Amino acid sequence: MASSNGEFDPIHQFEIQKIFPMEFMGYDTSFTNSSLFMVLAVGLISVFLIFSMRGRALVPGRWQNLAELFYEFVANLLRNILGEEGMKFFPLVFTLFLFVLFCNFLGMLPGSFTVTSHLVVTAALALLVIAIVIGYGFYKNGLGFLKLFAPSAVPLPMLFIIVPIEVISFLARPVSLSIRLFANMLAGHITLKVFAYFLVSLASAGGLLSFLSVGPLLLGVAMTAMEFLVAFLQAFIFATLTCIYLNDAMHPSH
Amino acid sequence: MAEQHNTEIHAPSQGHEKSFPPFDTTTYSSQLFWLIICFTFLYVVLSKLALPRIGEVLEERRDRIQRDLDKAAQLHEETQAAIATYEEALASARAKANTIADETRAKLNAEIADERAQIEQEITKKALDAETSIRQAKTEALGQVNKIAAQTTQTIVEKLIGAKPSSSDVDSVLRS
Repeated sequence: MASSNGEFDPIHQFEIQKIFPMEFMGYDTSFTNSSLFMVLAVGLISVFLIFSMRGRALVPGRWQNLAELFYEFVANLLRNILGEEGMKFFPLVFTLFLFVLFCNFLGMLPGSFTVTSHLVVTAALALLVIAIVIGYGFYKNGLGFLKLFAPSAVPLPMLFIIVPIEVISFLARPVSLSIRLFANMLAGHITLKVFAYFLVSLASAGGLLSFLSVGPLLLGVAMTAMEFLVAFLQAFIFATLTCIYLNDAMHPSH
Repeated sequence: MAEQHNTEIHAPSQGHEKSFPPFDTTTYSSQLFWLIICFTFLYVVLSKLALPRIGEVLEERRDRIQRDLDKAAQLHEETQAAIATYEEALASARAKANTIADETRAKLNAEIADERAQIEQEITKKALDAETSIRQAKTEALGQVNKIAAQTTQTIVEKLIGAKPSSSDVDSVLRS
């Protein structure tokens, strides 16, 4: 999706374009390319998970195996970090993981839109996680949840330093959680675009320069592979950090 | 969409003003709106439909494997028990065979000893009988000898003197 006037614009792919303009209670709720890819991701996940398990085969087929693989992967992640009692957060973490993963992967399709390359989306997901952590933390531990900010066995004078640090680090969590994902996707896609543009402009320059375009081609291929890795890794990191934060809600005392 | 592009191309100054898309707050409401819808939908579908199903299948498989393993262990135990029973039976049979053989041997030995004793007894008896009969025969024969001697003496005396001596006379003479 290069600019229609041929100008090089690596940011263009992140533009939100309205497909069906809509308004709801005075807010703009237009169905955009971002919405389209969200719906696409949700649809793909649902179809994949429901249809792959249609057979409920004892010996899984290819698709069922893949679905079970995702399930076991996230379940093991939860079990390792939160233990068996954390399994009540399994649907949440699983949904987060698959949603981020599919949005990231769909964004890898040429000409597509990457939902997770927008800060507002990742920030909303991160805030959802933190809201659940805080809500569940107070629900389960009452005011004991505040022990999270005051590690035990720390002498009183140290608390004056430790507590603000802990509070700041806690507040930084949603920020880092959302910016990590957003920035990774944004930067990766920009890099790919730059390499692709470089390749095309070198190749079309003619003469010796055309041969030099092999360089950006190879790099572009490597970067694409790298981006696939990042797409998976970021979804994994998001899920893992969600688990770690939930662990704080369940066991606030360090 | 096309209109947007046109304005972009024809009015670069306006395009320049356009903020970096992720920081364009005018798009936030629609993104959030659709994110909430999509994420909620996905969460409901996954937690109510997809995940329980996968969990069920996995659990079923785990149970099945566990059951099979248990059954295998049970069969193994049964096999071990059967082997133990068999070996026990074999040992007892062997022992029984030994006792039977011993008993038979003892019985046969006893029978043989018995028979031998009996035969020996018989033989002894027969020998005694024979001895008795021999002695009897001897006595008899000796008796006969006296008788014959008397008769002969009578006959001889008769021939010599012409008178037949009484047997009592002969006897007394012969005995003296």
